[in-house]
Order: sequence, then structure tokens, then C-alpha cells
Amino acid sequence: MYEIRLHSRGGQGGVTAAKLIAQAAFLDGKYATATPLYGAERRGAPVVSFIRIDDKPIRIYSQIRKPDLVIVLDTSIMQTVDVLAGLKADGKVLVNSQHPMELGSHKVYHTDLTGIALSLDLVLAGNPILNTPLLGAVAKAGIISRESAQKAISSVFADDRNTKAAVKAFEDMEP
Amino acid sequence: MLTFSTGNKAVATAVKDAKTVVVAAYPITPQTEVVEETANNVASGALKARYIPVESEHSSMGACIGAAATGVRTFTATSSHGLVYMCEQIHMSAAARLPIVMANANRALGPGWNIGAEHTDSMSMRDSGWLQAYVSTVQEAYDTTLMAFRIAENENVLLPVMINLDGFLLTHITQPMDTIDDLGDYLPPTNTPHAIDINNPGGYGTLTPPTEHFKFRHDIQRGMKDSVAVIEDAQADFAKRFGRTYGMYEEYLCDDAEVVIVAAGTLAKESEVAADILRKEGIKAGVLRIRWLRPFPDLTAALKGKDVVVIDRDYSFGLGGILVNEIRTKALEAFIGKDGKANLPFSVIAGLGGQEVTYDDIADFVRNRKSGGELWFGVTE
Repeated sequence: MYEIRLHSRGGQGGVTAAKLIAQAAFLDGKYATATPLYGAERRGAPVVSFIRIDDKPIRIYSQIRKPDLVIVLDTSIMQTVDVLAGLKADGKVLVNSQHPMELGSHKVYHTDLTGIALSLDLVLAGNPILNTPLLGAVAKAGIISRESAQKAISSVFADDRNTKAAVKAFEDMEP
Repeated sequence: MLTFSTGNKAVATAVKDAKTVVVAAYPITPQTEVVEETANNVASGALKARYIPVESEHSSMGACIGAAATGVRTFTATSSHGLVYMCEQIHMSAAARLPIVMANANRALGPGWNIGAEHTDSMSMRDSGWLQAYVSTVQEAYDTTLMAFRIAENENVLLPVMINLDGFLLTHITQPMDTIDDLGDYLPPTNTPHAIDINNPGGYGTLTPPTEHFKFRHDIQRGMKDSVAVIEDAQADFAKRFGRTYGMYEEYLCDDAEVVIVAAGTLAKESEVAADILRKEGIKAGVLRIRWLRPFPDLTAALKGKDVVVIDRDYSFGLGGILVNEIRTKALEAFIGKDGKANLPFSVIAGLGGQEVTYDDIADFVRNRKSGGELWFGVTE
């Protein structure tokens, strides 16, 4: 089983991102689940979502404690939340950041999802949309296929700037 | 069609596919998406139903009672405080023998304010005459909602059915779901024998002397008893037509088990992973998942001679865990050995208010089981 923990802030689209990643894995022919962890939801508060991907049906409903991959949509969360908690020794991190980051011995992917969203004017209620470009980055990291990422996005969003953003993130991110 | 859905959306999709005629509902966390999605389906024309927006849950069940009394397929959804707010109408709808289907997102009751999963809301309605199912996957939520209409509307039952989903854990999780493109005649048209007929006027809910009242109550018990065969038939026919099999309860590795974990909802699925872990340690564990709470299944044969650990995500203050007490009552003989000595279930109270319970925790419950004992998980006296 491959387990992903996604850290975001309320309003950034982390919950939808988790659904899209799981849906893309499902389109790849895997079993997948996406679970948001709800507290007192409010805009800007740290939010956690979980994605599980496996070759057989998934029977676990509890939270992910030992993720294989941690995704951070807003690096300022790292000042208050230990995003690396429980991350497997060979676990990886994917951060929304213009600059590379060093986090222990973990492989860290970085991509400027915010910049990509703004360059395409992909903005909702004043917030750049990060979830659809994120799918391109997750595909580049080899978790889901590029084709399924595009299919998952276009099944939910009609505006083709969303798939364009995913393609741009896929092309921009260093493997 | 193979798709990807939340538990809430699964219910709404089944309500659409069942060609429900009247929906009256009030949104409440964590059930809101059922209401939103159903309202969308009505607005888009995907579901040709009359959608009645109401000002409260008491009114939503009131509107459902009125609709079902005319003999049409009727649905509503609620959760927690919404459910207990409609309590009067819950009892009335069952006593009026109206086949209403309702989804309930299991959620704790306040105060203190908590919106996490807990079964005490629906289980506190267990004496109302409603049938109650507890589902554990998105697929099961879809399938059981469809079955619920057939079971409720059967002339030998004519009782409302409640489908319970763990709040957030199941209502908000996204999982693969296979919807049925053509139900065929799996759901026959409603045929409510006591439906209001303007050409044949009659009285409803009139003053009833004790003799008749007593008979009516006995009739409900008869309907509940007969519902077992109707449920089994609905499930068998569902398996034959659509390939997915369900029972009154579900067993996982129970045949050779020395210890059986009993639970309802998502905790029961998580328990299967615990059973796998325990088996690797040499503890022969199995899981019995309660799917139907009303009518309550006979578990005597299934639990005979085994250690039993019951996990309750609910509590009846002054008595104990609700499931464990139902099981002690209905399967008492299973717990008395040939020597006359009792080996009573170990009662675990866990997961109230959405408390995090993992498969490792559940494996610990089994390792530390004490016949007849009660454990409040995470509470130190």
C-alpha cells in the first residue's frame, strides 16, 4: 500500500487535490481512497487529507501514521505542524516552493504550483488553484500516470487551464 | 458504471437510480452532500422528483410522512441532532407503517460540541419500529440504499428503513463505486395498500382504544419478524442480478476463529486488518460485522464457543454498550459452555465522537480481552 499525507490550508483545495490524486490512481487500475480529516474547518487553518493506493481493496479508515509521501501545499504550515511526523525513512516530500528544500535525508521534490496557477490566471475567490497543477507534479513523481491525471482533472473541471497547469507542473518539476 | 464517489454521493446516486418521487430534507453536517447532490439531481432533471425544502428535521420527516401516505417512493437524510429532533416523527412514521427510506450520517450528540462519528444517535431510535442497516463502504452505501426501498415497500414489511453511515469516516471518504445502469424490475413500483385514495376516503391516525392499539403494535413486530425473509430475498436477488453479496451480518475468517471481534460500520472493516495481524501472531481472530441492527440477527450459532470482543461506538448510560447488550440478549446461549460456565463478551467502548481507533488498537483489545469486562478505550479511571 502506498500512503500519502497532504498538508494544506483551508481554501487551498487540498481536499479536492486528495480526491483527484486517488481518482487518477483509480483510473490507473488501482484501488484508492481519499479521506479529508475535518476539524473546525475555516479558511486558512491547517488541513490534512489522506490518500491510500493499493492493488487490493482498502479496509483502513484510520489516519495515515507512516506515509510514503508527504505533500505540502503551503510551506508556512511547517512552522507550526511537523509535516515529517511518521514519514518513512525512505519516504519522500513534495513541496509547493520556488526553491529547493533540504529536509533531513528525504528526497524532496519542489515545484512552484502557486506561480503556475497565477501565470494561467487560475484563481478562485482570490486564491490560486493549487490542486490541479499538483496532479502534474504527482504524476512526475511517478505516483500516478500523466494520462490518468489529465482524465481525473477534466472529469471534474471543464476549464482547460486546469489541465494546462498540470502539464506545466509536470514539465517544470525536476524528477 | 465504475465511478469514484464519496459515501454521501453514493446515497444520493442510489436515490436517483431508485427514481424516488419525493425528497424532503434539511442539510446537516456531515450529511449535507446527500441533500446538495439530491437537490442538484432534481434541479438538473436527472431525478424527476418533488424536492421539498423544509425548515427543520421534524418538518422533513413530517413531509415524508405525508408523501409516503399517498403511496409514493420517499426519501430523506439526516444526522445526529437532526435525527433526535425528528424523534416524534420517527416513531409516527413507523407506527403509520410508511415505507420511508432515510440515510443517517452517524454523528455524536452534544454538548460538548462534536461532529465526529458515533452510533448513539441512531441506536437511540432502535425501539421505534424502523429497520436499521449499518454500512461500511461507499459501494455498500449505494447498494443498501437501493435495497432499502425494496425492503421497506414490501407488503409484508411496510416499515421505514434507516441506512447508517459513519460520519466523515464513510460519508466523506472517496472510494471506487460501481453503479447499476439498469435496475430492471429489481425495484417494483410502490404499492402501499393503505395509501390515501381520494376516491375511497378513510380516517388516519384516529383515536385508538387499547385492544386495537395493542394489535397494531403486534403487527409492527410481525412486520419486523417477516422483514428478515424480505431482506434475505432482496439481498439474494441483488447478488443474482448485480453480483454483489450481502448478509444480515458479514463474517471474516470466523469459521476457525477462537476469538471473534464484533462491530458495526467502518470499525468492523478496520477490524479485518487487526484480525490479519493477530493471525500472524498465532491468535485465530475473525470479524463479525453487524449489518442489520433491526431486525437484530440471531448470532448464537456464529458466536458459539468463541471468545467475543464487541466494539461499541455508542453507549446506553446506566446499562453499557448497546451492541454488546443486544448480543448478550440475543445470543446468550452462545456464551454458556457445556459445563454451565459463562464466557461473556469483552465490551470495548471506542470511537465515540470520532475518536481515532486504528487496527493496532483493535488488535490490542483482542490481546487484552477479559470475559465479561468493559473497557473505555483511552480513558484512565
